[in-house]
Amino acid sequence: MLEFDDIQHILLMRVPALTGRYEFLSFRSATGGRTWLSAIREKVQSAAEVRASLEQEKRWVTVAFTWNGLRALGVDEASLATFPEEFRQGMVARAEMLGDTGANHPDNWVGGLTSPRLHAIVILFAGDEAERERCVTEHNKFIAQCRDVEVLSSLDLAAIPPFIYAHDHFGYRDRLSQPVIEGSGEVATPGSGAPLKPGEFILGYPDEAGPPAHLPQPEVLSRNGSYMAYRQLQEHVGRFREFLRQNAHTPEEQELLAAKLMGRWRSGAPLVLSPDKDDPTLAADPQRNNDFNYKEMDPQGYAVPLGSHARRMNPRDTAANMNRRRMIRRGATYGPQLPEEAPEDGLERGIAAFVICASLIRQFEFAQNVWANDRNFHELGNERDPVIGNQDGTLEFKIPKRPIRKKITGLPAFTTVRGGAYFFLPGIKALRYLASLGDVR
Amino acid sequence: MSDASKQTSGTKPAAMAIPKGGFFKDKIEQGRYGPIFPKTPACYGFSILAKVIPGREERFYEYARNIEQAVAAQPDCLAVLKLHYLRWVLFPIKGDTYFMYQGIFDTDFDKYTEDAVNLFAATGLSTAFENLEGFPADWRTNAPAFVKFVREHQCPSFLEYGEYPYVSAEEIKKALRLKAAFSDMLDQMQ
Repeated sequence: MLEFDDIQHILLMRVPALTGRYEFLSFRSATGGRTWLSAIREKVQSAAEVRASLEQEKRWVTVAFTWNGLRALGVDEASLATFPEEFRQGMVARAEMLGDTGANHPDNWVGGLTSPRLHAIVILFAGDEAERERCVTEHNKFIAQCRDVEVLSSLDLAAIPPFIYAHDHFGYRDRLSQPVIEGSGEVATPGSGAPLKPGEFILGYPDEAGPPAHLPQPEVLSRNGSYMAYRQLQEHVGRFREFLRQNAHTPEEQELLAAKLMGRWRSGAPLVLSPDKDDPTLAADPQRNNDFNYKEMDPQGYAVPLGSHARRMNPRDTAANMNRRRMIRRGATYGPQLPEEAPEDGLERGIAAFVICASLIRQFEFAQNVWANDRNFHELGNERDPVIGNQDGTLEFKIPKRPIRKKITGLPAFTTVRGGAYFFLPGIKALRYLASLGDVR
Repeated sequence: MSDASKQTSGTKPAAMAIPKGGFFKDKIEQGRYGPIFPKTPACYGFSILAKVIPGREERFYEYARNIEQAVAAQPDCLAVLKLHYLRWVLFPIKGDTYFMYQGIFDTDFDKYTEDAVNLFAATGLSTAFENLEGFPADWRTNAPAFVKFVREHQCPSFLEYGEYPYVSAEEIKKALRLKAAFSDMLDQMQ
């Protein structure tokens, strides 16, 4: 049985937010950090609380810490040493392996995220602009009273109209394929696979390999916790649209090319089920929009190119041990929408998202290192993920087609990594434990 | 396919001298579990040498029969390792028995480590490693410990050669399938 009242809601639920804000914090002293945490933890909702109040609630708060942040709060060295190495090192130290080189290199990141002084993130999701403003003002007021807590940076989120379904700045519908956790009460849509053992995402439960093992200590700190890999990805919308225009003649062909890069039409309709033309009705039908595989239905990639984003990030039945590689994605878009037909305006816009998993090295880092950035994934020779892979203009993208495939060379980078970090997402009791670390016990 | 392989198209033999320690210092690629040994004309590979726990030699012969049966029953059971060849050797040094596990494959081991660990558990490959001194008892749930053992017992090559350098097993199989298809086509045209 999952302990819904001890698990932060972000792990199990997607809230109906249209806006929000991330704040990145640094603690100048342990007592300062703990004072802040003691107060903010009252605002952090468990999955049980959000479930009970989803209709009334207009704001949702999540708190997580870097390894340096746990140390800054006063977690002792013996306990800190029990966290996995990749988390202790942090995302910056793992940059080369993650493909964060060239334009994506941490030297170019913003918001102070590369600093060892990055200690915590507060994630605010809000139902509307007014509520966001109210929460931000309240938090700012509180921070001003807290000695020794500094806001390194913040990022305002904004969904992109039309709000009928979630989509990114390129126009791709999002949130179609998510793993379902056993015991969460969620029902998997057809094609989404059987529910996975909770330990794949939540610490302290059995995972797909067996009982929990090698958890950070003490147990009160790790139980019902998880890890979050944060990525701020700038989306170069002008460049993306220009690429479509240059490589496809008619609007229909451009739409197909966009679909080939992703593996789904921008509406969300899967190319496997609708290879030649878009099908918005299929896209909107959860009973059908994820119900496909690759091995039997599209082995050569005639519908979904082998190197497309969706086929890399979830190879379904064409990869070994898929159950040990799944991830929960949460997040939002930021920056203003670039109107259709408008030229690139130079403003920054993109996705600021979290990958939530029980093992950063086995789940997130594997996906990033192998699926996104292995140039020889599926024997493709000279490709990386066309959407999130490290593209330097020297790689290609091959679209299988009868009688002869189409090969696009010199693929431009449609996204640039602007920041990232590894966070530990404690359970509710663990937040209380962290807040009380300095107390005499 | 790497840039180097494009230069040779896989038909021009090539050799590569490798510095002491197994890495070219100016171009060490980082993997999830540490630096990756370079790809050579003989693809990726490892040569793991470890001492057998005294009295356990017979287990290795038993294990060989298991692997033979596992592959016969399910020919693609080792597919995830992207192998060309594996060689298992037992040899004596000063009265002790040592085991060498040498593999040539197309992906750096780090990439699919956890898949490999899972596979070892499923196919019974584990029974061989568990008879080696220093092998972690909790390897099933502790991929990092497994990787550490492999890295600590890896003896890197100082020279590798390929008659058809950098060519992947998949490309070779594709070429063989193509040859078969062509033969079949020619037969049909008689």
